Amino acid sequence: MSDIAPSADTLLMAKPAPRSRNMGQILRWLILFIGGIAMIMPIAYMISTSLKWPHEVYNVNLIPEEPTIENYTYVLEDGRFYWWFVNSIIIATVTTICNLLFDSLVGYTLCKFRFPGRTIVFIAILCTLMIPTEMLVIPWYLMSQSFGWLDSYWGIMFPGLMTAFGTFLMKQFFESVPDDFIEAARIDGLNELQIWWTVAMPLVKPALAALAIFVFLGNWTAFLWPLIVTNSVDMYTIPVGLSGFGDEADVAWELIMTGAAISTIPTLVVFLIFQRFIIRGVVMAGLKG
Amino acid sequence: MYRNLTIRQKQIVWAWAFLAIPVLFYTVIRFYPTGNAILISFQNWNLLGDRTWAGMENYQKLWNDPVFWKVFKNTFIYLLLGTPISLVLSFVIAYHLDKLRFMHGFLRMLYFLPFMTSAVAMAWVWRWFYQDVPIGLFNNILAGFGIPQIAFLQSTTNALPAVLAPAVWAGLGFQVIIFMAGLRAIPTSYYEAAKIDGVGWFTVLTQITIPLLRPTIVFIVVFSSIGFLRIFDHVFNMTTNNPGGPLNATKPLVLMIYDTAFNGFDMGYAAAQTVVLFTILLIVSLIQLRLLRST
Repeated sequence: MSDIAPSADTLLMAKPAPRSRNMGQILRWLILFIGGIAMIMPIAYMISTSLKWPHEVYNVNLIPEEPTIENYTYVLEDGRFYWWFVNSIIIATVTTICNLLFDSLVGYTLCKFRFPGRTIVFIAILCTLMIPTEMLVIPWYLMSQSFGWLDSYWGIMFPGLMTAFGTFLMKQFFESVPDDFIEAARIDGLNELQIWWTVAMPLVKPALAALAIFVFLGNWTAFLWPLIVTNSVDMYTIPVGLSGFGDEADVAWELIMTGAAISTIPTLVVFLIFQRFIIRGVVMAGLKG
Repeated sequence: MYRNLTIRQKQIVWAWAFLAIPVLFYTVIRFYPTGNAILISFQNWNLLGDRTWAGMENYQKLWNDPVFWKVFKNTFIYLLLGTPISLVLSFVIAYHLDKLRFMHGFLRMLYFLPFMTSAVAMAWVWRWFYQDVPIGLFNNILAGFGIPQIAFLQSTTNALPAVLAPAVWAGLGFQVIIFMAGLRAIPTSYYEAAKIDGVGWFTVLTQITIPLLRPTIVFIVVFSSIGFLRIFDHVFNMTTNNPGGPLNATKPLVLMIYDTAFNGFDMGYAAAQTVVLFTILLIVSLIQLRLLRST
């Protein structure tokens, strides 16, 4: 993206020269702090409301007077959220693994091999970046209908098993793997598949992690295609299920907030654990992708 | 037989072996459907009956459809409000956050956290915020100050900005992080030189920082533009009782496509709408390429 290409790590380090603590800096810190607290208010209210009793829900207090996990028990005993959660986990995990394997394999091939047709394949995959998902949902639906893929895991997953974005991200990172390493492995008698898996892949682990985060988050929150392809309540993913759940007129807001919290808390927890790592991944993907 | 090949020929065999499944995938799951969508846009089809040739009929219908023009306008309002607002906000936050050291990582985390949430879940949270007294948080707070309540989602004028707000909110953290990386990539020697010359902060900002951030700005503008042009999850979930309502005041193009195809089963008409969306996105991307090239 820019001609100066510092690594994501140096970009995220705090500035070396310490600054004097004058009033301006304190004011700046305070305003940014208040802004930051405001940013997480919707998340805070979602969690707080999910812990409130019905009579307290319309109270603007952030801290529940008598916190309860009753809403969670109720929503999970209902059973549907449990299945939607499982469906989402399975779909996001399988799609992520598929993307990691295929995107890196294609990225590696386009980066390190010279063969007839290379440019055509490269340009063709580049072109698919331009095609919006929304244009493809109708043909995908027709395809799923004629092959009987509607309302199945495969039907939800198949469009996202490989992405052009991931392919180019991986291709960029394989550029940094020295050709000498590959040549040396070849002389040692490894075949090309072994070289890719045992020599090249370990060298691009940070990129694989960044890609995994993006693909998992994208599939965990995906809404349009799962909404179209699923019919039965058992096959819904969490966003589709939550959308229908919220729409049932008799459902109370504290239960909707509980459902929303169930769908959000896993990604938030993952983020809080791997915070530095995830932000670095976002920067890498943003700069190189 | 494989043993008799030269090293170069072996490489070609391996390359195509690696690419076989992906090439099949991209052909069947990306290119064929693209062609199919364009083909269907010239046909009449309700999923049950036969496909009949319609020529330009679907496009003519679209041109004469007042709902389409309303939706077209809405889509561009999302773009023209959302992109500048999120660009300015994220730049201001990143610019100041970049100058702080105390609890830097913590503040950054606060701003980034909404990016990790799911659009559907947050649309429902914001929808609750927007409800009337005694349910909604915003109106309850306003009532606490004695301010008359505001109709957010029921009003034809307020509904679109109300739907846009959580979309801007959720995307802000990503843009802040990208901006901060862009700011860090500017060599400090420029700033040192400016300091020696005694240049004021505003001149430094407009003459050094912003010009050098241009690639970052172009990236963020394009990335968020495409996002706002394809807005769907927020609108659908905040208006499920009347998707795109009230009176189509919040309906974006993707919601119209979804409605036409999967509620109206007018596949040809919906496909024509997707082709229009594709064209809009293509034009935006081409403008981006031009801007990038001119730097």
